[in-house]
Amino acid sequence: MGLLTFKGGIHPDDGKRFSKDQSIRTIMPKGDLVYPLSQHIGAPANPVVKKGDHVLKGQVIAEAGGFVSAPVHASVSGTVKGLEQRFNPAGSKVECIVIENDGEYKETEYAPVKPLEEMSGEEILERIGSAGIVGMGGAGFPTRVKLSPKEPEKIEYIIANCAECEPYITADYRRMLENTEELVSGMRVVLSMFPNAKGYFAVEDNKKDCAEKIREAIADEPRMDVKLLMTKYPQGAERQLIYAVTKRSINSTMLPADAGCIVDNVETLIGIHTAVVEGKPLMERVVTVSGDAIANPGNFKVLIGTDHQELIEEAGGFTEKPEKLISGGPMMGFAMVTPEAPVTKTSSSVLAFKKDLVAQIQETACINCSRCVDVCPSRIIPSRLADYAQRHDEEAFVEMNGLECVECGSCSYVCPAKRPLKQAIGSMRKTALANKRKK
Amino acid sequence: MNEKYNVSSSPHIRDRIKSSNIMLMVLIGLLPATLFGIWNFRHENAWILVVVTTAAAVLSELIYELLMHKPVTIKDLSAAVTGLLLALNLPPTLPWWMGVIGAVFAVIVVKQLFGGLGQNFMNPALAGRCFLLISFTSQMTYFVYDGVTGPTPLANLKSGEAVDTMDMLIGNIRGTIGETSVIAIMIGAMFLILMGVIDLRIPGSYIVSFVVFITIFGGHGFDPQYITAHLCGGGLMLGAWFMATDYVTSPITSSGKIVYGICMGLLTGLFRLFGGTAEGVSYAIIISNLLVPLIEKVTLPRPFGFGKGGEK
Repeated sequence: MGLLTFKGGIHPDDGKRFSKDQSIRTIMPKGDLVYPLSQHIGAPANPVVKKGDHVLKGQVIAEAGGFVSAPVHASVSGTVKGLEQRFNPAGSKVECIVIENDGEYKETEYAPVKPLEEMSGEEILERIGSAGIVGMGGAGFPTRVKLSPKEPEKIEYIIANCAECEPYITADYRRMLENTEELVSGMRVVLSMFPNAKGYFAVEDNKKDCAEKIREAIADEPRMDVKLLMTKYPQGAERQLIYAVTKRSINSTMLPADAGCIVDNVETLIGIHTAVVEGKPLMERVVTVSGDAIANPGNFKVLIGTDHQELIEEAGGFTEKPEKLISGGPMMGFAMVTPEAPVTKTSSSVLAFKKDLVAQIQETACINCSRCVDVCPSRIIPSRLADYAQRHDEEAFVEMNGLECVECGSCSYVCPAKRPLKQAIGSMRKTALANKRKK
Repeated sequence: MNEKYNVSSSPHIRDRIKSSNIMLMVLIGLLPATLFGIWNFRHENAWILVVVTTAAAVLSELIYELLMHKPVTIKDLSAAVTGLLLALNLPPTLPWWMGVIGAVFAVIVVKQLFGGLGQNFMNPALAGRCFLLISFTSQMTYFVYDGVTGPTPLANLKSGEAVDTMDMLIGNIRGTIGETSVIAIMIGAMFLILMGVIDLRIPGSYIVSFVVFITIFGGHGFDPQYITAHLCGGGLMLGAWFMATDYVTSPITSSGKIVYGICMGLLTGLFRLFGGTAEGVSYAIIISNLLVPLIEKVTLPRPFGFGKGGEK
């Protein structure tokens, strides 16, 4: 069978060897827990606790701030220390609720769970929404909204994004191996809302063991199947993944639902299982700690709100002082100014590198080699778009389809002139999108 | 752990390849043809012209950049590539100072005056050659092999005489320093393909469309001997694999590369069959260079998710 894929993309060193064989280890927080009000796309959550309040684990501490938003829950029991400005992993100071852990982990009473067959679609959505589930692969789009397309009967494919195409990250890989049942259960929940849909687990072929494990687990599930993808970055980008699996392609103005698809990643599906089958809100996730400066790379199940510094210490600390810390993968992650930032719903990994490759490189003139064009999954012309961006020529940028960029960074990766193509295109795109919304 | 860490926009990893590595690989790819040419034209002391022309290209870039207070870029090796390519396109008997004039013209006028690497719209080496061809026509069209002067095989072919295609493959013929041995050129080209420096889109469409053109209009039908002679002669192989594939002066779009190849194939056929000279590769390439902006405009790819292959 041929492997499914898209046109373009790159093959960087996947770096997964550092942490792939380390089982998930659950760790408990030592210090205060910090919960940014905005861990998702959309309106920030509104805090419903104040300084001095005592909260229980699982209690809502901030409510959804609108339809496209998500609530935030305490992941420990303890006392609210207040609302403070703290760094998030992306390096911005944001409004956060800080809770002092009392170490007792006393849980709040959850609404009793019902068997899946007895729940209506509306009830399931309500559970997912109030559990604060968002796209945990990195985008953070509220899952409730994603699962509420205009015409549910037109959804034909629920795609579990099991690609994990970012180098180094192995959190989803371990989840697939160790929590296969929960993953399949999450898919079962989603499928129950879409009567005409098939559930596909789309796995890259460097994770054949996961594919095998999932295949065994879905032996009795006629509506589910495993699809093997070619190992290539950015195979897990939503539009590229939909194309690889269904051969349908959507552009930036369309939603996956327009192609009859809904895509959720591994961690999100497990979150859905926890919310609907176990009745608990989103309070924890698996985070990979890796990179050549980490003593004992591994995969850790941590409570959301835990400081990254604690994670790094759990992984044995640094072997030598790294030049660069990254939250997320090396292709799309954020460089961290400081490790003193909390794990959020969308933190998939923290990487520490001895050398910062990017700081050493020198930009030279574009030689028009077309490598960026050949790898661009959006089939646009990155080198020209970066020129327009540097000249602030927004009109030409939009005309040349700059808005179609998915900011995967493949162009910057291959550029022999070492131009920061993605950076230029990304910032112009932000401006252009903002201006478009104003109109 | 209160220290601060480096911050930059993603991606945080980069491929190892650099522009200067690419230029170095092109130089290595040109080595078989260069060495063969120097040996083949040893009686004419071709090595002097090769060394002087290449050095002149590098030096003129250096001096220009120093005089203009611009950053010195000779380390990117692009001037060396230009100089060597120009040398390989010169007859072995050409006086060395003409090679220098060609190199200075190529680097200063064609490349630097338009803004340096990446900004020139015409292949500098070929523009330099065409400049010499017009300025010093007799010296530029004077060909010798084993001490015997005479026409090139292609000129023989044009006047209806028989040619030995085996000699043309090996390179035991009259011609410019680097164009005669198809085997040496192909060894270098294979190296560049394996290293991912060039691909088949441009040379492939160039060669195929040229073969189609001369099959239809050449008056010999599909005659393998005639076609082989055309392919092996007149620098077509050197042009198709090493000059047409110049990044700066070829289209950036994927289908544009094919269109560009076809343009060169048709123009080369046109110049050879209906033009005054027997060769025509250089002119075909630099005229196609001028068409590149137009080609790119009409071959702009449809972005992912628009139209063809789109949603059902």
